[in-house]
Amino acid sequence: MEIPYTVELRRDTGLNNGKIGIWLFLASEVMLFGALFASYILIRVGAPSWPRGDTILNVPLATFNTIVLITSSVTMVMAWASLMRNKFGTFRLYMGATVLLGFVFLIVKYFEYTHKFHDGLWPRTNNFLAIYFTLTGLHMLHVIGGMAVNAYLWGPGAKLWKTNPTWFTNRVENSGLFWHFVDLVWIFLFPTLYLL
Amino acid sequence: MSDHVSAAGHDAADIDKHVRVYILVFVALMVLTIVTVAVSYLHLPVHTAVALALLVATVKGSLVACYFMHLIAEKKLIYAVLALTVAFFVVLMALPVLTTSNTFGIHE
Repeated sequence: MEIPYTVELRRDTGLNNGKIGIWLFLASEVMLFGALFASYILIRVGAPSWPRGDTILNVPLATFNTIVLITSSVTMVMAWASLMRNKFGTFRLYMGATVLLGFVFLIVKYFEYTHKFHDGLWPRTNNFLAIYFTLTGLHMLHVIGGMAVNAYLWGPGAKLWKTNPTWFTNRVENSGLFWHFVDLVWIFLFPTLYLL
Repeated sequence: MSDHVSAAGHDAADIDKHVRVYILVFVALMVLTIVTVAVSYLHLPVHTAVALALLVATVKGSLVACYFMHLIAEKKLIYAVLALTVAFFVVLMALPVLTTSNTFGIHE
């Protein structure tokens, strides 16, 4: 049975179903991260004292990671734009760059985490670190998830381009929406955890 | 093939225009990232620092949402879903304020 409305738009919504699906998913993600942010505010406001993030965390590394993630958002949207221009080769370059930048983000995070563990700073050490590891850990899982989908679309999933280019372009757009959301979450995590 | 028209109704000229906007947004995001870090070195009072950091983050987030996620020109249903999400998100963020308020049923 063919999946309906993967390419053609529904007359009532003016959208394909994939796009509605990803936006509903992102809405649930907003609530997931929102609950953790609310917990952070509650714990921080209730604490008698709270350390500034930059006294514990590595701001230059996090700034570098912010630049990496923003750049990866641009390469992601350029990958989609390449497909819209019918340039599959350029898509491959931009999508490959997006996945690689995701790897760079993870490598930097690995160094940040191991440095903390080496210094005896664990999630159980204090509330600040518990919040830090929970929020950045969940965010990191999202980076890994986004990279897996993007790597699939760069590799085996790209076969769809030959048989149904519009459907493939829609898939890349939806994957991009998730990737930009991951970037957006980091844009808020960076100042609230590292700089305040 | 320059006359490619996608299912979304964009043609090549449209996309070229989009790409120019993406590059401008990228530059703006980089500048705002530098601003975010630079402001943190000023060691402003906590309330001012929080307000400023969240303001810059909101501008950056809006740029990503509007241009990279194409929310600047999206269908009504997506806006409806997001409006509902924003309403619940605001309630979620307000909960800590309400629960720490002395006038909201919590007495010390």
